[in-house]
Amino acid sequence: MPDFLKIEHIRKTFPGVIALDDVSFSVAPGEIHTLLGENGAGKSTLMNVLTGLYHPDSGEIRIDGRRLSFTSPRDSLACGIGMVHQHFMLVPAHSVFENILLALDNLPNLFSRKKYRARIKQLIDEFQLDLDLDSPVWKLSIGAQQWIELIKLLLRDCRLLILDEPTAVLTPQEAERLFKVLRQLKKQGKSIIFISHKMREVMEISDQVTILKKGRSIASLTRGEYDERKLAALMIGADKIPEWQKNLQLSTQISLDIQQLSVRNDRGLSDLEDFSLQLIKGEILGIAGVAGNGQKALAEVLTGLRKASHGRIMANGEDLNNSSARHSYIAGIAHIPEDRKTIGIAPDMSIDDNLIMKSFKNSAFARGIFQDKKSIRRNAQEKIAQFAIKSGPEGTPVRYLSGGNIQKVIIARELSEKPAVLVALYPTRGLDIGSAEYVHKVIADGAAQGMSTILIAEDLDELLKLSDRIAVMFRGRLIGFVDPQNSSREEIGLMMSGETGENDGGEA
Amino acid sequence: MLEILLDATVRAGTPILFATLGAIINERAGIINLGIEGLMLIGALAGFAATHSSGSLLVGVSAAFVAAFAAGSIHAFITVQLRGNQIVSGLALTMFGIGITALFGKQLVGLTIDGFERVAVPGLSQLPVVGKAIFNQNLLIYLSFFLVAAIWLFFYRTRWGLAVRTLGENPAAADTCGVPVNLYRFLAVTSGSGLVGIGGAYLSLASTPMWIENMSAGRGWIAVALVIFAGWSSPKALLGAYLFGGITAMQLRFQALGTTVSAHILQMLPYFFTIIVLVISTLRLQKGASQQPESLGLPYDREDRK
Repeated sequence: MPDFLKIEHIRKTFPGVIALDDVSFSVAPGEIHTLLGENGAGKSTLMNVLTGLYHPDSGEIRIDGRRLSFTSPRDSLACGIGMVHQHFMLVPAHSVFENILLALDNLPNLFSRKKYRARIKQLIDEFQLDLDLDSPVWKLSIGAQQWIELIKLLLRDCRLLILDEPTAVLTPQEAERLFKVLRQLKKQGKSIIFISHKMREVMEISDQVTILKKGRSIASLTRGEYDERKLAALMIGADKIPEWQKNLQLSTQISLDIQQLSVRNDRGLSDLEDFSLQLIKGEILGIAGVAGNGQKALAEVLTGLRKASHGRIMANGEDLNNSSARHSYIAGIAHIPEDRKTIGIAPDMSIDDNLIMKSFKNSAFARGIFQDKKSIRRNAQEKIAQFAIKSGPEGTPVRYLSGGNIQKVIIARELSEKPAVLVALYPTRGLDIGSAEYVHKVIADGAAQGMSTILIAEDLDELLKLSDRIAVMFRGRLIGFVDPQNSSREEIGLMMSGETGENDGGEA
Repeated sequence: MLEILLDATVRAGTPILFATLGAIINERAGIINLGIEGLMLIGALAGFAATHSSGSLLVGVSAAFVAAFAAGSIHAFITVQLRGNQIVSGLALTMFGIGITALFGKQLVGLTIDGFERVAVPGLSQLPVVGKAIFNQNLLIYLSFFLVAAIWLFFYRTRWGLAVRTLGENPAAADTCGVPVNLYRFLAVTSGSGLVGIGGAYLSLASTPMWIENMSAGRGWIAVALVIFAGWSSPKALLGAYLFGGITAMQLRFQALGTTVSAHILQMLPYFFTIIVLVISTLRLQKGASQQPESLGLPYDREDRK
């Protein structure tokens, strides 16, 4: 069968960055084509080129053999290319109905609401989705929002659907359901580009895999030609992976005792509800849950960015939530934030300055009322060597570093004060495998020295590998704990969708 | 007494209503326009000059719309195409409007025209209490009634309106749905500005059929505040505008009755009230009753990497 889509030698640069260097691959009708690559390999950029959001510097896009040049998403939509973006393109304040309406390509300016309601309702029923058309989008779970994005594409009769890491926001069971839908679409002859870096899913669903590395397509393999090991080897290449070992001996001392913590958001809803947890010294406590189920609120309360409406955080016999100890405690807690560029660093300042942001009052960095530039520089040199930061020339603003190196700067700063507790929110999101493993190593090494870590992550494999205990969250509540040594992904997945883990045969 | 007061309320509130409706269209598309005051003056002068030279009120109102549309396109070009700072551009537009109308208005000061006359709707204008206030007014006021309904229908019942609202909330979402973001934003800013111009023309063609320098006297700023009070909705804008019209009408009435309170204090009342309204609506916003378009004030760059 002739290829539906053919991409040849695409190149796209941003000021100072080559996002795509040379990418070529093709997709046949009725094919599920996976783009595999580490974070930062250029997968999302490539798809933004394909949907007309970015204009490539050079290269060709051919559809049905015709060479096309997209100037806006309008053009690519007209060719039947639709995409579910990683950051959803939805309006939170509008209803589900309105969000879907705008995506219809043949909607007249004055339209019959009844007719289109019926049409959308029919599709929702067809996929057995539980969606209230009049509910505003912000009220829905992230998983449900993704279904809306998919429905938008299906109503448009897209011939090629692009899904950018769709399973990142789904439980394993929901992901299974998505795959079922994708296979159904495949049978109808639609092509699908599936983006992922989870090997398990790639093996399950792909007909063809193209591997991207540093902006280049380095191989396209058909099903049967590859196995997990081969793909991983291609994806990671010759990168060195740091090794680390887990600390297996836990103490009995409690470093943090969280009691019935509740947090409300500006909409008056509970982000965190009656949350209790005891963190043991030297422990790595993983927190599993679909994104948006209160993990962020937990991290923000623990690090002092938000106030709890109710509950206590006890450390050394004092309630840190509402006492004078709050400030010194918050200063002593290490935090790897979710959004590293906006709250992790001051992007326009140098590495030197970013590294002393927590300790600039320290007398080692001061000379009278002035900064001691020499010792600040020395400190930076030490940290750059210790954490293997690729830093560029002296004084380079941190914003020009890669994601992995920015993360290392944050970690170097946060760990420099020897904190008792580290709260890490998605610390490896967007990092290549080498950098991610480095983050794991730092956390494991810290645990060996008695630092307790609350590790919030979305990748279950990561949590299972690193954690001593895993707590599962759903809608701001603690659903239960699991032991990573003897529990399965399915079990955790069920708990992530709100089922309490009391199915040991006791009650049934 | 009540009849007269209601009538004065509607007449005083209408120019503010036009300006508020125009500003709502701007802000729904995500563009803050602080040039309302300047646009009103431009509309007032253009309307007066065109009516004076042509003798036709229709030509005058059209000229007001076109002149404000053109002036608004400066703001649109800076904020949409060049992605400039919306606050600075809007303030500059107000300065520009005050300056240029003072300059070209000089030779028109003291001239007179025949302004808009009342047109009674047969039957309805005889209704008790509200009949005179609503159904015995000039054509511009009837136009404003029509626009309040039309703008609501536009935003909530047409695809274009949905697209414009989406622009104000999340332009990237509109873009990926195939909406031409820059074109729609540009048109929202310019046509909204045109409406503001008609609000200005109401002052020079209906309220007091002559040109007075700086005759908008801060009504544009009241409109900017009213947008927040109205929660970006046109029916509520009508309510807000008449609230201010009512205060203006009352203070005029007080002055006419000859109270001992200084006229300056009375004239200050509408502006004082603006501050109170802003405080109340801002508090309401913080409580989460937010209607504010989420991307209000933010330029949209498709290739921006977040």
